Amino acid sequence: MTNLLELHDITKSFGGVHALEGVSLSVAENEILGLLGDNGAGKSTLIKIVTGFHSPDGGTIRWRGQSLERLTVQRARELGIETVYQERALADQQSLWRNIFMGRERSNRYRLLDVSGMREETELLMRDFLRFTSQLVTPETPVGTMSGGERQGVAIARALHFEAELIILDEPTMGLSLVETKKTLDFVRGIKAAGKSCIFIDHNIFNVQQVVDRVVVLDRGRVAGEFNPATMSIVELVEHLQHVAETGSFEGEAVAS
Amino acid sequence: MSMEAPAALRQEVPTRPRLDMAELFRRYGLQSATAIMALVLWIILAVGASGTWLQFDIYSSLMSTVPLTGIIALTLTLLVIAREIDLSFGSVMALGTWVFMSVHQPWLGLLAGLAAGIGAGLLNGVIVVRFGIPSLIATIGTWFFWAGIVVYGTGGNGAGTEFASGSVTRLVTGRIGGYVPAEAVWMLGVAIVLWFVLNRSRFGAHVYLVGDNDQSARMMGVRTDRVRVILFALVGLSAAFAGIASTLEANYFWPTVGSGAMLPTVATVFLGGTSIFGGRGTIFGTVVAAYVIGAIEPGIVSLDLTGLLTQVIYGAVIVLALLVQAFVLRRAQR
Repeated sequence: MTNLLELHDITKSFGGVHALEGVSLSVAENEILGLLGDNGAGKSTLIKIVTGFHSPDGGTIRWRGQSLERLTVQRARELGIETVYQERALADQQSLWRNIFMGRERSNRYRLLDVSGMREETELLMRDFLRFTSQLVTPETPVGTMSGGERQGVAIARALHFEAELIILDEPTMGLSLVETKKTLDFVRGIKAAGKSCIFIDHNIFNVQQVVDRVVVLDRGRVAGEFNPATMSIVELVEHLQHVAETGSFEGEAVAS
Repeated sequence: MSMEAPAALRQEVPTRPRLDMAELFRRYGLQSATAIMALVLWIILAVGASGTWLQFDIYSSLMSTVPLTGIIALTLTLLVIAREIDLSFGSVMALGTWVFMSVHQPWLGLLAGLAAGIGAGLLNGVIVVRFGIPSLIATIGTWFFWAGIVVYGTGGNGAGTEFASGSVTRLVTGRIGGYVPAEAVWMLGVAIVLWFVLNRSRFGAHVYLVGDNDQSARMMGVRTDRVRVILFALVGLSAAFAGIASTLEANYFWPTVGSGAMLPTVATVFLGGTSIFGGRGTIFGTVVAAYVIGAIEPGIVSLDLTGLLTQVIYGAVIVLALLVQAFVLRRAQR
């Protein structure tokens, strides 16, 4: 597997606060990377650097091997880096198809909206990706009437539909019920199935463990370690994370046991 | 043998009806309610004062008065869908007309007057977008400002419009075929154009998004500030046109033109089902509502009710209509 995104020795501080102190991390093609870490670990700063919102003080960012100088939000989106923010992502009173095509509405040669084309594509997405089985949901349904998990799915489907290569999910299961959470995790598996990559940020390691290929743990602005969730039980994982929280690194394993 | 039937049944793929009743109600419920209300009002008038309401004259008269508030209400509908408001249009009507009168050359004056309206709208937009002042407050400020400028500039004196009595007057307020006021055609044209803009253009899609969720629209690349400024400019343009039209209709320019326009125009927008919270509203609703609002006063007179009751009935119709809308909306969202 080649690396889609490579961060090397990224540093960033705000005033005197060192948010990131030399973080190196990579996301491979078609990899779902879990990013864990407590509040203040630097997760959101790191994400904002990847999406071009903040520029790093030091370090390099590579995209498909190419070094990216001065990454902007616009440039990141052109490359196919898309962030899905919970709740804030959708316009509630507008129909499903208007949300899917938000900001990228398609028009014909008379500069009139291609409404029927966009409806049809939405219908395909509903069937193939969202798997909405309810007959009550159509491309005209306002998204405000949908459940939290369905809305999360709409936001992910939107990113996938517009050829996002790397989808960043910032705590997508926050505030969702169990059933809704399961639905959202299914959508994350859909990203994998579509051959795209994902950075999945969540507090809940049970959720992360189910869908990710690899987990990177951040702590106080550094990478504290990484592990393969497939080879580790939930109990071991929790112990690891507690250890990281106390000592700031994985290395104390021998001491702990 | 018994296995075959279920297998055959399973083969049947359920086909989804493209539009079911619930969805039809959700999409058209509000517009239908508005239309039904207008129809009920018309039946009451046609039965109660058939001498007036079954003759063409009253409609010819409505077609010359209603478009003056109607055209502004149409552009204001788009602005309200984008979750902004403009209260200054009354004095922008006066401003545009004053500029028109001052140029004293009909065609140039018309262009200059309309440009002044666009300029006043742009100013509103810039104040709101650049300085983050809520439009409700900002446009109360510009409302007083432009009204004051016009009173100061004219010294409070009116003037006749004889200089423009030729082609400009015919274009703006002529009678097509001797009967149909040109204003009505203008309003119909504006309504059709704005319907296409709102429902079939990217700009229109962005208007809804700005009003519904400005933050996410911005994240998805919609230039929300630009949308807002353009909408304010459109309201200014329509206000200047309405001011000039009402002045040419009266053949006399009063510096106070437009001073009574605010309440009926704003009432029209909300009566038409446009949401004050943004993200929802239709052109159809506003057109119907403009005629409902316009018909109330002549309706009261024709029913031989005292004119002193006008405001009572105005208020009652508006409150009743909003209650019906709230009811329809709650049903639709279930």
